[in-house]
Amino acid sequence: MENRPLEYDYTIAKMFMFTTIVLGIVGMLIGVILAFQLAFPGVNLILGEGLAEYTNFSRLRPLHTDAVIFGFTLSGVFATWYYVGQRVLKVSMAESKLLMVLGKAHFWLYLVVVASVVVSLLAGVTTSKEYAEFEWPIDIAVVVVWVIFGMSIFGLIGIRREKSLYISVWYYIATFLGIAMLYLFNNMEIPTMFATSAAGESGIGSWYHSVSMYSGTNDALVQWWYGHNAVAFGFTVPIVAMIYYFLPKESGQAIYSYKLSLLSFWGLMFVYLWAGGHHLLYSTVPDWMQTMGSIFSIILILPSWGSAINMLLTMKGEWQQVAASPLIKFMILASTFYMFSTLEGPIQAIKSVNAIAHFTDWIVGHVHDGVLGWVGFMIMASLYHMAPRVFKREIYSKSLMATQFWIQTLGVVLYFTSMWIAGITQGMMWRAHDEFGNLAYSFIDTVTVLHPYYAIRGVGGLLYLVGFLMFAYNIYKTMSAREVENHELQNASPMGA
Amino acid sequence: MDIAELQAYGYFTLTILLVVALYGYIYHLYSTKKDVDGVDYESYSDMALKDDIDDTPVSPKSDD
Repeated sequence: MENRPLEYDYTIAKMFMFTTIVLGIVGMLIGVILAFQLAFPGVNLILGEGLAEYTNFSRLRPLHTDAVIFGFTLSGVFATWYYVGQRVLKVSMAESKLLMVLGKAHFWLYLVVVASVVVSLLAGVTTSKEYAEFEWPIDIAVVVVWVIFGMSIFGLIGIRREKSLYISVWYYIATFLGIAMLYLFNNMEIPTMFATSAAGESGIGSWYHSVSMYSGTNDALVQWWYGHNAVAFGFTVPIVAMIYYFLPKESGQAIYSYKLSLLSFWGLMFVYLWAGGHHLLYSTVPDWMQTMGSIFSIILILPSWGSAINMLLTMKGEWQQVAASPLIKFMILASTFYMFSTLEGPIQAIKSVNAIAHFTDWIVGHVHDGVLGWVGFMIMASLYHMAPRVFKREIYSKSLMATQFWIQTLGVVLYFTSMWIAGITQGMMWRAHDEFGNLAYSFIDTVTVLHPYYAIRGVGGLLYLVGFLMFAYNIYKTMSAREVENHELQNASPMGA
Repeated sequence: MDIAELQAYGYFTLTILLVVALYGYIYHLYSTKKDVDGVDYESYSDMALKDDIDDTPVSPKSDD
């Protein structure tokens, strides 16, 4: 037997890096198509009348949201877990055959689920629940994948050398537990083949169809408890896990306050789960529940800013790094966008503001400054940091990365500013009325006014996609860039010109 | 007292308890500064900064 020194094993991390990039391109490309469909309806027929069924807005929309949430983001979460987990627990996956088998099973089954989601959604098979469109056979497969992910997490923790769990690991565990709970409860459904109609018919509909176990207001409550907390445990918690590892590591700076990271963690866990009610303001859910949703949304600023400020203060005395390194730029802008969207969200959850904002494009703008500015930037930054270490090569091009940063930043700014203007215009026009209470505008009046902003949004999205393609190219070329020595990988990532 | 009133009192009490627990936790962190193993919380940042596989753990598990 050869006696090689023990090394971290990034096989699984690399596999998920690949799906992060591929599904990111797919999800964002569909997003750009959708944006232009809203501005120019002719794009619905982009592949001709015959294929209009597959290219129209309503068929593609769930593909966009599910590809970026469950494809791009979750792959990024998995990729970083299989990288960060080993390092902060100081144990290699190569030390356990079982963990390697679980990791590979995790990846391949995940890929099967992704394929079945793409096929079924394109075919129009859906439960019609937002962000929970998958029918019951896919739901069961999702649960299996998630259980394997959990076994990987706790398996690695079980054989660790470091006694305490680094703050990022807490966040990864919270992601696992949070999504498990949310997904199970929101997707409680009964296949229609087990149902009997009032007329006594049984075996109704196709075998893969199902109906939710909840109905009416209960359904809405469970749906938005799920929907909002999918944002919590998919777009916030695991991304905070990433920044708590990658920013200190890349900058070589200790976290400004580890104690603040701990209490922000518990603050976030305590508050976030109660805020979902703000999606149902002015609806049929009980008034106290709406008020609770508003109040908890506002309190949520504290733990969110606790983490974000902690990250900005980590750079104290080291701000020249932000100017010098595009990789640090990505992370600092991500943290800034996190602060920004966690301030914007609570503002929108205030009842009087919500009266204008609800159902408008401002909400779409809010989601996108969060996901493009915070989630997207942080996942790309994480992969940029990981690439030299998993490939043992320097990042192909620093200038390409810097150019990408500015193109995407411009894209995000165009996106959210156009949606702010569009949303508030829309909200004001919908509620405008004359002295007798007659509405001042019809729906089509708003569509006409909003057209230029929809076009700007499309351009913003397109710029972000172009930047993402530059990112994909940069990572691809990194695989054949100059080889680096271990000592170059300590903190700041090595980059070619 | 009907069930709704009971729920309201229960909810209020639970909220107060959780708030007290959270503030108690903050007080505990900042007054003790160290965890039960005598490790300063702030030194746990080293788990990320010194994370090569042959680096010394901040608090090795085998010390149990």
